[in-house]
Amino acid sequence: MRHRRYWAWTSVLALVLSACANQAPAATSGESTDAEPSAPVAGSEPPTGEGTALERAEAGEFDGTTVEILAQWVEAEADNFEGNLTDFAERTGIDINYEGITDYETVLNVRVEGGNAPDLAQIAQPGLMRSFQEDGALVNLSGFMDVGQLRSDYIESFIDLASVAGDLYGLYYKADLKSIVWYPNEAFTDAGYEVPETWDDLMALTDQIKADGSTPWCMTQEHGDATGWVATDWIEDVLLRTAPIETYDAWVTHEIPFDDPAIANAADIVGEVLFTEGNVYGGSTAINATFVGDAQNPMFAEGGPDCWLHKQAAWIPAFWPADESTDPPTPLFTPGEDSSFFYLPPIDEEFGRPVLGGGDMFVMFNDRPEVQAVLEFLATPEAAQHWIEAGGFVSPNNTVPQEWYSAYPSSGLAEILNEADALRFDASDTMPASVGQGTFWSGMIEWISADGANTEEVLAEIEDSWPAE
Amino acid sequence: MTTVTAPVGPPRVGPVQLARRILAPVAAMAALFAIWWSIGFLAQPDAPTTLLIGLYDAVGLRGEADAIRAYGIPSIASKLILGVVALLVGVIGVWVVYIGANAAAERLGPDWRRRVLPWVFIGPALLLLGVFLVFPTVSTVGTSLTEGGGLVENFGFVFSDRDTLIALRNNALWLLLATGGSVALGLVIATLVDRVRREALAKTFIFLPLAISMVGAAVIWRFVYAWQPPGQPQIGIANAAWTATGSDPVAWLQVAPLNTFALILIMVWLQTGFAMVILSAAIKGMPWEVIEAARIDGARESQIFFRVVVPMIRGSIITVATTIAIAVLKVFDIVFVTTGGRFETEVVANRMFTEFFRFRNFGHAAALAVVLFVAVVPIMIINVRNLRRQGFGS
Repeated sequence: MRHRRYWAWTSVLALVLSACANQAPAATSGESTDAEPSAPVAGSEPPTGEGTALERAEAGEFDGTTVEILAQWVEAEADNFEGNLTDFAERTGIDINYEGITDYETVLNVRVEGGNAPDLAQIAQPGLMRSFQEDGALVNLSGFMDVGQLRSDYIESFIDLASVAGDLYGLYYKADLKSIVWYPNEAFTDAGYEVPETWDDLMALTDQIKADGSTPWCMTQEHGDATGWVATDWIEDVLLRTAPIETYDAWVTHEIPFDDPAIANAADIVGEVLFTEGNVYGGSTAINATFVGDAQNPMFAEGGPDCWLHKQAAWIPAFWPADESTDPPTPLFTPGEDSSFFYLPPIDEEFGRPVLGGGDMFVMFNDRPEVQAVLEFLATPEAAQHWIEAGGFVSPNNTVPQEWYSAYPSSGLAEILNEADALRFDASDTMPASVGQGTFWSGMIEWISADGANTEEVLAEIEDSWPAE
Repeated sequence: MTTVTAPVGPPRVGPVQLARRILAPVAAMAALFAIWWSIGFLAQPDAPTTLLIGLYDAVGLRGEADAIRAYGIPSIASKLILGVVALLVGVIGVWVVYIGANAAAERLGPDWRRRVLPWVFIGPALLLLGVFLVFPTVSTVGTSLTEGGGLVENFGFVFSDRDTLIALRNNALWLLLATGGSVALGLVIATLVDRVRREALAKTFIFLPLAISMVGAAVIWRFVYAWQPPGQPQIGIANAAWTATGSDPVAWLQVAPLNTFALILIMVWLQTGFAMVILSAAIKGMPWEVIEAARIDGARESQIFFRVVVPMIRGSIITVATTIAIAVLKVFDIVFVTTGGRFETEVVANRMFTEFFRFRNFGHAAALAVVLFVAVVPIMIINVRNLRRQGFGS
């Protein structure tokens, strides 16, 4: 008996010791395991040999190497993205291995912590990029990319967002514009409605639709554990239109408290739209209970639209009703023909025509010259061409020729982007994750459940939850 | 006159036995090496393609090999190959390892053999448990103490943050209602079904939900609880029945605290079958003389049930209750799939997932895991004590 116990305790002790010995902080386990010995992970050195990595790749120097890319685009979007890369892969001989996973956040975290990070990964939230950078897992892109050139080629805010302390860590690739409202083309003209140019016109249109016996707004936000982000977009858009840009920036970086009067004011205006009786199809219960992709379905109802205005980004056509009997399902409605969008009108002329956007950036985990080459290629217009022509892609790169944006909705988005005075990134994506994707989202759920009665409490709670710096 | 007998030496070992004695350990070593190589091989992304090309080249079918080099193989073929390799390596490899290790251990003297042989058989299992269970547990406890703000900040967060407090409250609710509900319902059904004619059929229907994964059950019930605006046709059974009486549809999953009870119902639906089966076996295992004696003494059925049956199967009830309790404390899938923890349905396991993967706050996540672990330990102790009292274990 004692004999057995002795062995049992020894083995447990051995395991405990080995476990404690492996309590290395997350930083060391996040570093890449196959970085070249000569190139440190943070701040890579310029590649040896003539020219930039991209030039050397085009010269065929990296023929036979493999680069791994991880992103959340699947099915049609994955095909579009890979279509962007086929010519490049053929020319240079680099084998580009793309993996698309919808739940890529989980997979990416596990792989990075386990030391098996992909070469390039797509990230939507700057907060996540900063978290990886703090752990030392990211390669400093300023080491080999011409940041000055990028600054002039790209919309400036996208370079600032992807930088930490002056060093560039992410390359923005795809931009989303959220300040658009979809409407049913034919029904609009039939009913004699016009696209509103000002906020007052929009409110008048809302009342007009109600007077004509229908419900003006479609809005839903149920999205599993991401429920609540749609309302955050509403508040951000209205804040941009009712307060100076500096207020928005200060709000995102917590220089002003979350429940600053400017935000409370924006929330009240949003509340006027969403909580006035008969404004939203299905009422507040529908907002919280219906899936975000189903929001626009009532617009395509048989007997005419049951709701007429849907504020949502340009990826929503992928969720419109489709004929499920074919594989892949054939869409029944076309953007531009059945439903187009207009720019969400400014509220106060003083603040111009701001645009709220989101985007996807690529970050680099493993520093090898062929990975540098692929990343440099992604910064060129050619790397976006196939997807732009397939539709539904807007590049933050200004050197992309305007003629490529011929298909709706990209053409409409490019137009709005051109006429915009300022572009700001989605605040809930930029704030620290525990606020932006935690308390801000759940706060919005409560706000909608209470029909906007508890605006001050909700904003104060979110302010309290901000992590101490 | 003394007889002289030839000296008797050790028995001569025949060639077959000799071969077996040498081959077995060698085969074991080879099998270990094969397992090691296969794991490395299976980890490569193009492993099945490489394997097929290699096989075709070795056999001499150049054309086929080149075709694969050019076009690759369909992904279903790739998955099948991976499955077959894993099966071969896993089953045959492990079998050969055991045979070889056993043969090697038997070559030792009787003393050493007695000591070593048990370890040969439970060694691999212990090793796997140690690596995949004990080590992560200790590592997590370490993370909760060192990561982020340290012990005070992490555990302070767990007991002060609004969302985690909701999660803790919900877990307590789940523990009481889901466990109590499953066991009570299981007990009642087991007793009632005992006298029914088509007993096996009835039991099958109650037991069937246990075969469904929690995720599958959560998806099913998500549709059951679906909500459409009033006036629209209701696609969820719950609301279809509710509106048939003329009321407005209820957003079962979005209205707190109703939604927590709705989710607990899913768990009860899943676990009642398990409770019923165990308790039914226990009830049938009771000696009928005791019940006869109680009846003769004039006891009513309900008295028999509460005063005779339940105390007699107490051991089984505790076993069932503790097993279900552990499963309930760990609940994640149901909450994740239906509401994602929103609308005040948060539970500790889901919160841990969110803290880890969305917020990348490893210290908080580890602290939540430790709290859950500590909550389960007393239940485990009760379970083990109960098993010992029933005569299992030493």
